[in-house]
Parts: sequence; C-alpha cells; structure tokens
Amino acid sequence: MRSIIDITDLSITEIDALMATASDIITHPDDYADSCRRKKLATLFFEPSTRTRLSFEAAMYELGGNVISVAGGDNSSAAKGESVADTARTVSTYADIIAMRHPKEGAALVAAQKSTVPVINAGDGGHCHPTQTLADLLTIKREKGSFEGLTVGLCGDLKFGRTVHSLINALTRYGGIRFVLISPEELKLPGYVKNDVLKKNGIPYEQTTDLAAAMPSLDILYMTRVQRERFFNEEDYLRLKDTYILTPDKMRSAKPDMCVMHPLPRVNEISVAVDDDPRACYFKQVENGKYMRMALILMLLKEAGRI
Amino acid sequence: MNVDSITNGVVIDHITAGKSMRLYKLLHLGDLDCPVAMIKNVNSRRMGKKDIIKIDAVIDIDLDVIGYVDPLATVNIIRGGVLVEKKSIEMPELLVDVIKCKNPRCITSNEQELKHVFKLTDRENKVYRCVYCETKAGI
Repeated sequence: MRSIIDITDLSITEIDALMATASDIITHPDDYADSCRRKKLATLFFEPSTRTRLSFEAAMYELGGNVISVAGGDNSSAAKGESVADTARTVSTYADIIAMRHPKEGAALVAAQKSTVPVINAGDGGHCHPTQTLADLLTIKREKGSFEGLTVGLCGDLKFGRTVHSLINALTRYGGIRFVLISPEELKLPGYVKNDVLKKNGIPYEQTTDLAAAMPSLDILYMTRVQRERFFNEEDYLRLKDTYILTPDKMRSAKPDMCVMHPLPRVNEISVAVDDDPRACYFKQVENGKYMRMALILMLLKEAGRI
Repeated sequence: MNVDSITNGVVIDHITAGKSMRLYKLLHLGDLDCPVAMIKNVNSRRMGKKDIIKIDAVIDIDLDVIGYVDPLATVNIIRGGVLVEKKSIEMPELLVDVIKCKNPRCITSNEQELKHVFKLTDRENKVYRCVYCETKAGI
C-alpha cells in the first residue's frame, strides 16, 4: 500500500497519468461523481490551512465520498500529547485514505509507516507539499501546453519554501527547463537542492536578487510568501518580508504570455491590482489543485484495492 | 609510547587521525568494563598519521558506526594473541539510532520513541540525510 509523501514518490509517467485524469475530470465531472461512494477521507490538519484542507475535502465530495476531519491540533488528542504514529494508526481504522498536514518535518512519513490506509502528505512543516506541486504542474501544463523550453523564475523565500523545492524536483525530471532563482541572500535556495537536484541533472540556473531585471526572460514567475512561521527570529522576518512585491508596473516588462503563479496564501508579495491581469494564474492553480487531488485520491484508492 | 598488545580483543586500526574520539563515543566504548586504549596520531607509512583503538575483550562492534565515521578504518579480531579475522568495513546504506537529527523542526524531536534514521544519499561525498526531514548529518 502506497502513500505519497514527496513528489518524487511519483514517477513522471504517474504524474502524466494524474494530469490526464484531472483533465478528464474537468471535462467530464459527472463520470466521476460516484467514484468514491461510501469511502471516507480523513483530513488531519495540525497546522492552519484554508485551501489545502478544503481542496482535499471538496475533491472527496466531488468524487461522491465522505470526509471526517481534524482541523487544528488543539482540537485533537495531539493537544494531549498523542504521537503522530498513534494518531495515524487510530484514524486509519476509520477512514479509507488520510490527508495530513503537520508542522513537523517528516510527520507524514511517520504517519504512513503506521497507517493501514494510504497517507497523502498535505504539507509537513517546511519540508514537502507534493499536492501543491501537482497543482503547479497541471497549471503550467494547461497554460503552456508543455514543460519543454520554459524559463521558470522562482521568487521570494527559496530557503524555507517547500513548494519551490518540490516544484524544482518535479520540473527537473521533465528536463528542458531553465531556472532563475530570485531571492534575498538570506533566503537563497539551499545548497543541497542546488547540488543534488540542479547540478546533478545538469539543469541550467542563475541566481539573482533583482526581480525587475529577471522579468523579461521569464515564461513562468512563481512567487512565494516569506513565511513568518519558519523564522525563529521575528526581526529577520520583518526585515525580509517585503523584499519582493509584484505590481502592475513590474508586470509591464514581462512577456505578454508570462504566467504568474503563487501557492497562496499571499500577504503582500503580489499586489491585488495584478489579479485582473490575464497573466495572473494563481487562482487557476487553486482550482487545478482540487482536480489533481481528485485524481490522486482515485489513484491511491484504486491501488489500495478500496475502489 | 608503548601500549601492550592484546591477547583477546578487538583492534580498530587505520583510523583517520582525529576521528578516534568520535568512534569511541558512538561505539559507547566508555561503557565497557574492560581496558580500552585510544592512541592518537600514531606515525603511519600509508596514512602519515593515524589513530588506533584497542579493546581488551572480544565484543560485538557495530561496524555500521565505523563505516559511517571512517570507512577506511580496519577492524581486527585477536584471539590467543593471533589475528583471526579482519572485518570488512563499508559505508552503511542506513544508520539507525547511531546519530541524532539536530533539526528542531524534525518530527524526531518530539515523536515518542521514534528511531533516528539516516540514509546514505551521496556515497562519493559521504552524505547522510535524515529520512524524515532530509537534514544532512554532520560527521
């Protein structure tokens, strides 16, 4: 029985198949309306979330399934000190599949080791967030047609930004990609991602602190939020949080078909005025995330022999 | 400086100079009742300088620990004053409860009785990473 903890748990063939299923769901939603009838998804969210939790829950409902939920660690036995392992073992007796978010890195792997049903990592601290990456990939695929030959700018917190690390991992495996890494010095992409992923696979990239200078070359601009919860020092957060703010003025130098993405939530790194620009794709990402989660739930339940 | 040869015991030889204390700690040699000698900076034709650890009892040595700290070290088992076995040392694929993950954000920092597991991710550069959070182990 398989769980999805990291985007590398899925092969490129499987990601392609998930994108194909998601596209089919978009075109023929009624064909999937009863696919998960009488099946239960447990959403265990020990860290705040709006999109990811609701997206998983909406995905399961649209597949005809049901949802049981823990929202916030304070409302569960985790507040009494229950371990992740015990929680996973318990919940897997109630549900057919689990989606879990937890502030500790590696928590989803611990849950998967003890659960008797598939576990989907819905974010484990600053570590992995594979279903966000699936949403990102479907968005790029739908907006650009393919991944081949794209210049992808990643901007903001590249150090703690789990979505960025996962996206780099996934796009690297497709090849034909060039990255522009835009961040303040303190939030540069960690060396292990550069060495183990980019350099090892011969993926061209450049690092810069200058968003405006990088803009004209980009096919995709992936903005990220500087995350307060990842800093031990509030002073550092306050100093870095407004380093990059995307405005209509900055968008003028971008390609006419550039695609602006953001895993959301945003704080102020993308001006609200950019939302009306047809190149703003971040709310499409949200929608695509639901379809990819539907496809993933289907795939894992089928593999587990539960549907 | 002379340290008596041992009749029955274990000699960990060809330790990279300076790494014997790390081995001593990770192998928990301080917990042994038998005599243990740690000799640092011994002249060596092959290595220039090396460290040696002599344990005056035949005990089970966790070869994974040696493979992790210093895969070029050698382990000799001595019985009746004679070398009876040379153990081969390899870098282990997995290290279980040998070292601890130092990332305070890692699940190992607060999950009850969770084993600390590190995986060899780059043999050439001897890089081990926590299987939970992927933090690099410091040798």
